[in-house]
Amino acid sequence: MKKLSVVFLIVLMATSVVFAQGAAETKVQASGPMKIGVIYVSPPGDMGYSYMHDQGTKAAEAYFGDKIEVIRMEGVPEDDRAAVAMEQLVDAGCKMVFANSYNYQEYMLQVAKENPDVYFEHCSGYLKNDNMSNYFGRMYQMRYLSGIIAGKMTANGKIGYVGAYNTPEVVRGINAFALGVRSVNPTAEVRVVWTNTWFDPSLERQGAVALLDSGCDIIAQHQDTTQPALAAIERGKYAVGYNADFRAIIGDDKVLVSPMWNWHNYMIPTIQSALDGTWKSQEYWGGLEDDMIKLSEISPLVPADVKQLVSKKLDEMAKGTFDVFWGELKDNTGAVKQKAGEKMADGDMLTMDWFVEGVVGKVK
Amino acid sequence: MDFITKLLAATIAMGTSLTYATLGEIYTEKTGILNLGMEGTMLMGALTAFATAYNTGSLFLGLAGAIVIGAIFSAIHAFLSITMRANQVVSGLSITMFGTGLANFLGQRLGPQTNNFNLVGMNLQSKFNNIAIPGLHKIPVIGAFFDVSLLTYALYLIIPFAWFYMYKTKYGLAIRSVGEAPRTASAMGLNVARIRYLYTIIGGMFAGLGGACLSLSFTPSWNDNMTGGKGWIVIALVIFATWNPGKAVLGTLVFGGITSLQFSLQAAGFRMVIPSQFLGFSPYLITFLTLSILTIANQKRKSLFSAPSALGTSFAIDEK
Repeated sequence: MKKLSVVFLIVLMATSVVFAQGAAETKVQASGPMKIGVIYVSPPGDMGYSYMHDQGTKAAEAYFGDKIEVIRMEGVPEDDRAAVAMEQLVDAGCKMVFANSYNYQEYMLQVAKENPDVYFEHCSGYLKNDNMSNYFGRMYQMRYLSGIIAGKMTANGKIGYVGAYNTPEVVRGINAFALGVRSVNPTAEVRVVWTNTWFDPSLERQGAVALLDSGCDIIAQHQDTTQPALAAIERGKYAVGYNADFRAIIGDDKVLVSPMWNWHNYMIPTIQSALDGTWKSQEYWGGLEDDMIKLSEISPLVPADVKQLVSKKLDEMAKGTFDVFWGELKDNTGAVKQKAGEKMADGDMLTMDWFVEGVVGKVK
Repeated sequence: MDFITKLLAATIAMGTSLTYATLGEIYTEKTGILNLGMEGTMLMGALTAFATAYNTGSLFLGLAGAIVIGAIFSAIHAFLSITMRANQVVSGLSITMFGTGLANFLGQRLGPQTNNFNLVGMNLQSKFNNIAIPGLHKIPVIGAFFDVSLLTYALYLIIPFAWFYMYKTKYGLAIRSVGEAPRTASAMGLNVARIRYLYTIIGGMFAGLGGACLSLSFTPSWNDNMTGGKGWIVIALVIFATWNPGKAVLGTLVFGGITSLQFSLQAAGFRMVIPSQFLGFSPYLITFLTLSILTIANQKRKSLFSAPSALGTSFAIDEK
């Protein structure tokens, strides 16, 4: 009896591991299409970060047709299992591997060094190798535009922002958003709470609820679920989404706008260069000029003159006559961080660890 | 005053799920069965509740589904640890790993075809909303208790009943006897296995309900791993409550309160006084303290606050 139970437990544990792993869809084929592996940190059905990446992958599949064959691995944890997943993809014959989350980068670099004839593409990191690029988009440009809308739509000048981690990426997004808010509403403030998680529905909601309780009438977010936005809408307040079009997902016009990604505009050219044999390792940070980022359709609740202002600023950024982090910029203690007339260097943006004027809260 | 009322409201909203699961685990542990499968059972409850409510449009069917799946998962644990007399820790951990994986697996398969059968990103037509009791909900501080969801109101009845049942009825006496001294209880004519089965399964039902509170009320949605470790906090809260159903809510208020407080302080512009990592392990830190205090108290004299003596051990009539 005891032995039987032990056997049963082993089976149970073994199967639970199978269920816990992201399923790899592997198709075995001889030669022909170039095989491309894609690794997502969450299932694309998260309607957030990985979902938008998968939209890019699907666009690439549609564009290249039978010239490429994609193998997806979903929900791969950001630990040594990521390296195993990458090696599996290489073993399955992939000539190119994409991975979409920051903490994959160390593992990708290690696998890239072991497989010099495979192209590696890492999203959102900074490591590179002769056969490994990193790429990301200037999302802050869209954050700024969504800030303009929030600044115009707030009734009491208090806007909440639920932030994940105090990484430069998130801080940059908050600053850009606040600059957008203050460009149209110079006395408004942006209040920040940190959840210290990319993804936790309960904590994300609690952060938003605390902001709403403190009087904020719009909630913006850098989180992976729709909970902060939902918390705002349930109280009859406005929300600004992120990653995907929250207004479509939630089905409520009180979601004013969502900054979104256009990953296919990176994936398609880079896959093309791999097919052509012209692929080169690069550090890519694309913005409006490459159409890497976009705004969702703006809610009908936003007045037409605000929409016009947004498209005007969008044009200026596309033409290069204006950008978000051009001086003069002060931090929220009043110290000048960027002198008037100067443009902030990419390096400073990528290491940003201070809040602009108008943001209530501390980075650390 | 307003600040405290809002803080309390946020704490109660989040704590409802924890309280259900804690009550369930207290009843299970009181009979001597340790169920570490709470995290997996809660997640399966959350998944089942959401999938059922989404596909049928009925919140109450969702609740029923969560209760049934909670019963099934804890029945597996009961079978392994009572009938098979397997190691309860191993069995419980397996339930958690299995339940977590299965819930995430099914979450990608029970949704609508338009969303690739994925439940993530889907919305319910309704959820268990807060119902304000006229007049009462306006009272400062206390009012927070009278503007909550139906699931929380139910707890106001369930908690006193759970306490009364445990300490003032012969059924409760049977539970405690079985958990303290199964051999004696058996000699007295109690069916140890049956009692343990019953309350392990009831405990699982409560865990399922705890999961449903998340997916149908607090964060109405389905997300992978949406319980986020609450099933583990429950294990600590049971100890904090010293296995007393009447005190189950205390730990919930303390731990939920700390989390809510740090968010409120941040929103008010204060420096983050309590690092979130600290919050993450604070339930377990307090568990150490509680356990130490209990041990010291027990050395002085047999305390009423101790763990069930037979907790985690298997029992068979024919075994010496």
